[in-house]
Amino acid sequence: MTLGLAHYLSVAAILFTLGVLGIFLNRKNVIVILMSVELILLAVNLNLVAFSHFLGDLVGQVFALFVLTVAAAEAAIGLAILVAFFRNRGSIAVEDINVMKG
Amino acid sequence: MMTALPDFALAGPEILLAAGALVLLMLGAYGGERRAGLVSGLSALLLVVAAVAVMLGREGTTFDGAFVVDGFARFVKVLVLIGSALAVVMTQRFAVAEKFFNFELPVLIVIATIGMMLMISANDLIGVYLGLELQSLALYVVAAFHRDDGRSTEAGLKYFVLGALSSGMLLYGASLLYGFTGHTGFAGIAAAATAGGSSLGLTFGIVFVAAGIAFKVSAVPFHMWTPDVYEGAPTPVTAFFAAAPKIAAMAMFVRVVLEALGPAHVEWQQIVAFMSLASMVLGAFAAIGQRNIKRLMAYSSIGHMGFALVGLAAGSEAGVYGILIYLVTYLAMTAGAFAVILSMRRDGVMTEDIDSLAGLSRTNPAVAYLLGIILFSLAGIPPFAGFFGKYFVFAAAINAGLYWLAVIGILSSVVGAYYYLRIVKIMFLDEPAAAFEPMGGEMKAVLGVTGLFVAAFALVLGPLGDAALAAAKTLF
Repeated sequence: MTLGLAHYLSVAAILFTLGVLGIFLNRKNVIVILMSVELILLAVNLNLVAFSHFLGDLVGQVFALFVLTVAAAEAAIGLAILVAFFRNRGSIAVEDINVMKG
Repeated sequence: MMTALPDFALAGPEILLAAGALVLLMLGAYGGERRAGLVSGLSALLLVVAAVAVMLGREGTTFDGAFVVDGFARFVKVLVLIGSALAVVMTQRFAVAEKFFNFELPVLIVIATIGMMLMISANDLIGVYLGLELQSLALYVVAAFHRDDGRSTEAGLKYFVLGALSSGMLLYGASLLYGFTGHTGFAGIAAAATAGGSSLGLTFGIVFVAAGIAFKVSAVPFHMWTPDVYEGAPTPVTAFFAAAPKIAAMAMFVRVVLEALGPAHVEWQQIVAFMSLASMVLGAFAAIGQRNIKRLMAYSSIGHMGFALVGLAAGSEAGVYGILIYLVTYLAMTAGAFAVILSMRRDGVMTEDIDSLAGLSRTNPAVAYLLGIILFSLAGIPPFAGFFGKYFVFAAAINAGLYWLAVIGILSSVVGAYYYLRIVKIMFLDEPAAAFEPMGGEMKAVLGVTGLFVAAFALVLGPLGDAALAAAKTLF
């Protein structure tokens, strides 16, 4: 069996869904949410690289490199905000993010 | 293959802001806290200079078509720069009083503004993503800027998590659009969509991209973050969030939908019409029970974005014209309302309770009358500015055959009028509460100018309308 574009897209779709579910179903820890966000971005990268390969077009890989760079900056800022939150509240449990009800 | 150097001059205002932000950062870092006021003043000046540079600048495309400066981009950029400059001006006094004023705050606002300008000019999915992230990353930090305040850090964290999710959805959609059309440039996507017709992959891509952008304009069903972030973030930051980023995201939405997805008209029109309808209705009903004025402004902004999206659902030149007029009026009304909200301070304590406005007409009649004008305008009552914005988007919707959308929009603006007029009633008819501390000079100036602009909008509609019409024409 040869691996086709559909296989890559399926894996990426599964990873993306896992990431989104991880954000909404996770009741424990904000770090898990950050990991889920990374999972979403990696799913996108897989999509981009797979499309790039099968289209024979380099733009997708350039896009993937930009996504990687921004993902690193995003994780850094997320962790920094999390540290500030922890100093105020002494907890990073998801259920403690509840002062404002939306 | 030898490629010539791109035309950097077209991105002049952005480069100016980026270089200026770095200089201001150095100035603050080496000057310490004493320089914070200076950095704040220079930031506002820098934003105004950039607005002048945008007005005087040339038009064209550069960076291999990824960056476009056209009439539409210039019009919206000027709006965004004015919005950011007003936010910087209104920040200092409040932040000093609440003891979270640092020089990084105005610099971060400038950096977020660069992101917004890139979003407005983006003509390529990569440009859209990078502009959006530059804006969002700065905004996450600004929301959590009051580090010692639990509500501010919580707002920052919530905004970060939901913003990151929305960026992920936008990106997933972008990857599908790229994969099924083979292009990231808007022109290439539009050409491929015309040639290939609609496919399932393309439709999925449109849905994800629309969902990601809807988060940024806080359109229902992706509005959940708005009330919490508006309430938790420091009030000057809320004033900033309410104006410039919404305007930039709306402009980006318009360009993506009309330039890249123009041929897939049937697919996106349903999505945009639904979002618009749901935002208008939710904005009208959810705001009724609010007692906190920042939460009320959050639901109000959700509703207003819904009204602006009516113009996008129409998808015509008249619709874009309506959106542009709507954004102008929205900017003026939001800035004026927040100038008052930022001055709601009694005995050195900030209050966010709507009832604390009671009897303002007797303790401070000038402020009460100007805020009254702005609230009538927010409700869409003629002859004030808000009426014209609504009129043009609804007229465009009717011309596009979207009668039901216009009817429901008008009905929900009637419902929405209730909670704006309730504030007017509290100000003019209730027993006076203790007077607020005197307003700062810059707040008076912002409130006075925006109040008069809103009241006399019919007089400036001529020249402003011409500019907006010329801007709308560039997309068709």
